[in-house]
Amino acid sequence: MTQHFDIVVVGGGPAGMAAAACAAEYGKPVVIVDDNLTLGGQIWRGKDIPAAARKWQARLDSVSAHVTRIHGARVFSQPVPGVLRAEQNGRYLDIAYRKLILATGARERFLPFPGWTLPNVVGAGGLQALVKSGLSVKGKHVVVAGSGPLLLAVAAYLQTHGAKVLAICEQAQFSRLLKFVHSIVTDSGKLRQALTYKMQTMSVPFYAGCYPVSAGGGKKFESVTLRQGKRAWTIACDYLACGFHLVPNTELAEFFGCRISNGKVAVDKWQQTSILDVYCAGEPTGIGGAELALVEGQIAGYAAAGQQDKAHSFFEERARRRKFAQLLEETFALDPALAQLPQDETLVCRCEDVPYSVLKHEPSWRAAKLHTRCGMGPCQGRICGTATEFIFGWTAGQVRPPIFPTPLSSLGAKPELIELQETR
Amino acid sequence: MKLSYDAVVIGAGIVGAACACELARAGMRMAIVEAQIIGGGATAAGMGHIVVMDDSPAQLALTQYSQSLWNELASQLPPNVEYDRCGTLWIAADDDEMQEVHRKQAVYAAAHVSTEILDAKALAEAEPNLRRPLAGALFVPSDAVIYPPCAAMYLVECAKQAGATLYLERAVAKAGKGRLVFSDGTEIFAASIIHATGASASRLMPHLPVRKRKGHLVITDRYPGFVRHQLVELGYLKSAHSTSSDSVAFNVQPRRTGQLLIGSSRQYNNEGTGVDQNILGAMLARAFDYIPSLQGLSSIRVWTGFRAATPDKLPLIGPTEDASVFLATGHEGLGITTSLATARLLTDHLLDRTPAISLAPYLPERFACEAAHA
Ligand SMILES: Cc1cc2nc3c(=O)[nH]c(=O)nc-3n(C[C@H](O)[C@H](O)[C@H](O)COP(=O)(O)OP(=O)(O)OC[C@H]3O[C@@H](n4cnc5c(N)ncnc54)[C@H](O)[C@@H]3O)c2cc1C
Ligand SMILES: Cc1cc2nc3c(=O)[nH]c(=O)nc-3n(C[C@H](O)[C@H](O)[C@H](O)COP(=O)(O)OP(=O)(O)OC[C@H]3O[C@@H](n4cnc5c(N)ncnc54)[C@H](O)[C@@H]3O)c2cc1C
Repeated sequence: MTQHFDIVVVGGGPAGMAAAACAAEYGKPVVIVDDNLTLGGQIWRGKDIPAAARKWQARLDSVSAHVTRIHGARVFSQPVPGVLRAEQNGRYLDIAYRKLILATGARERFLPFPGWTLPNVVGAGGLQALVKSGLSVKGKHVVVAGSGPLLLAVAAYLQTHGAKVLAICEQAQFSRLLKFVHSIVTDSGKLRQALTYKMQTMSVPFYAGCYPVSAGGGKKFESVTLRQGKRAWTIACDYLACGFHLVPNTELAEFFGCRISNGKVAVDKWQQTSILDVYCAGEPTGIGGAELALVEGQIAGYAAAGQQDKAHSFFEERARRRKFAQLLEETFALDPALAQLPQDETLVCRCEDVPYSVLKHEPSWRAAKLHTRCGMGPCQGRICGTATEFIFGWTAGQVRPPIFPTPLSSLGAKPELIELQETR
Repeated sequence: MKLSYDAVVIGAGIVGAACACELARAGMRMAIVEAQIIGGGATAAGMGHIVVMDDSPAQLALTQYSQSLWNELASQLPPNVEYDRCGTLWIAADDDEMQEVHRKQAVYAAAHVSTEILDAKALAEAEPNLRRPLAGALFVPSDAVIYPPCAAMYLVECAKQAGATLYLERAVAKAGKGRLVFSDGTEIFAASIIHATGASASRLMPHLPVRKRKGHLVITDRYPGFVRHQLVELGYLKSAHSTSSDSVAFNVQPRRTGQLLIGSSRQYNNEGTGVDQNILGAMLARAFDYIPSLQGLSSIRVWTGFRAATPDKLPLIGPTEDASVFLATGHEGLGITTSLATARLLTDHLLDRTPAISLAPYLPERFACEAAHA
């Protein structure tokens, strides 16, 4: 069956929640679709959520008459123009829209280095998510490495859940971090958060300009070798939590044909993409954190609902928060030396077991894909595509359906004939 | 300096790659030009089924000859070509189609292709996931499956080892009268120019009777052993035969990786690369009809590709009115299979050797009148 809505929001993180709430305030029938079982996205998960999260939940509740929530559903294609198809528990849902707001968030970036595919070498946000869903790290020794403000947050989180964090390694140079801290001094919220994390990890050595060069052990992960400048040393531990900042989830937008610029979805002042009536808010337009995601979500929600004046009132805040996004980008830009970490036998594509040695001679992403199977596995190149973009400068090709692996039954089903009814 | 060759092949799909390899090995001073990626055209979109087909005597002769060449080559192919002689099962759904099984067996026997008839029970044992009841199948054990882009890579490597020059990421803008002009204006010269540009052949030679025939394919996650042979419904013949309307057929291929490749569809007048949900839906419905449990398997990607179709469904191989220009295109849905025979026949023709089978049915001149009127 096809359900019809004026405005469809894909993604239920801060950006999507704000967009849905604002659009619904003006009585538009809105649906918010998210692949998790509850709203909140990557950040507002589990029990201990911040006040801002509660506020937005309450705001959504207050307009619940106009908002349909579809949980545990992943949008994977557009069978006909104007209709999204999502997969939910092995079945499919067709959702017809007039306006679309894409708020699909970001994911961690992984970079290959010798041993990165060993068990217990996990993402930094990944380990945090595992703990949130029940994994115990009590008494476990953990090294947190990679890049981005997430590292400190994760280290603090792991400490409070009983882990012993042995080191935090940030690839960005100390001078950059100093400039970053200096710049957020005027932002009391950000500063307070940073200081809190820093206090919680006071006892943990923090290394700047430092990154893992290899993870060791036989079948099991046992230790990580770190490098900082000319110095290299090895630490024995149970987990290496390693992520190199975040990358925008642009696949869905790309699939719709939205213009992508510099790896981000290009939007106008109303958060509208290059495709009419398709809006985008939050991390896909550039990594800027939950506050920027909220502002962009509000602007997109109001603009899609035809409330340009309301949308306009958030422009100033957005401009300010985008400066922070810019600062993040500059501070945590990857050290080119990281591209030299993989050895010949290091797997770059872990779905298809493709080592660095066979990739280094390929001229482009598509050639590599066709000739080596790199990126042809179930992750559809989300991990290795991001890595090879950095290592070789390749840009990924055309996005084809399904956007996520999907049961054949859902992929094949014929869409119903749609007659759009007027809903005002 | 004027760069000149005995022969230049335009296009490094499987057909151009095979031609370059064969000609270089025959001692010609060769070059091969590819605008984009080796094996990145139809060769990357196709299924890689090396199959003997008996649509017409000429098709049977060409596919059978080419398959024997693949057999000879098999032991030298590198592992990434994923050569797998899994055989084909032509599935008969009912007694009518079982008649077709017997007819087909007789035709194959006359051509010395050995086959085996499976009854309903034997078929169910050979492929437990197929729906029951089905009437039976014709088993063709000599058919195989390859991964075409790496086969094209291998053939280009062979050509290079035999002395051929590769011009990669260079598009030919004009070719004829012994001269090739690249899109950047530079030129090279050749006594013989071979057009192996697949479905875009009519861009350089507008009068060629080659049309694009679109196809959709779906690849799944890994399910080793789910099917064991390339499975094709006998109704496929109806689909492949029809020259006008859109059609779908049940066609499932086991890959070396354990993945399943699901086809197939045929459409004219649809030159966009996008997925057509109606045809995709019809194609998958057909597949579910034969293998109901496919429905629960996870799909990873859908893509489309274009076959280079000629009016009589036979390729265009051989000389043209321009004495320096030769064709190796129009292979429709069989170019992976027939690439090696195409290369051998063309080389025989250029070197004036006696071919193993007659080139006559594939000569471009059979459409000469139409081209003149076009
Ligand atoms: C692993 C990870 C951990 C993080 N941890 C922290 C932290 O501890 N502290 C912090 O301040 N920031 C953290 N961040 C950053 C934070 O997530 C963002 O700043 C913020 O959540 C951005 O909000 P958003 O709405 O743009 O995206 P998100 O919160 O990521 O929301 C996007 C939502 O869309 C869903 N979605 C995506 N595609 C589809 C689809 N096709 N169909 C259906 N649903 C879809 C996603 O599952 C997700 O629920 C983390 C980010 C990541 C990736
Ligand atoms: C869905 C589908 C399924 C198929 N299944 C099978 C199967 O199971 N078995 C089988 O045998 N066949 C199959 N085929 C058919 C097979 O894929 C083709 O017949 C074969 O790949 C054709 O190869 P080619 O080299 O002629 O063309 P292509 O692979 O298209 O190569 C042509 C090359 O020429 C290059 N080129 C074009 N113009 C220029 C120019 N001006 N300058 C320089 N270079 C140029 C292109 O970039 C391209 O690389 C299938 C086809 C499709 C679409």
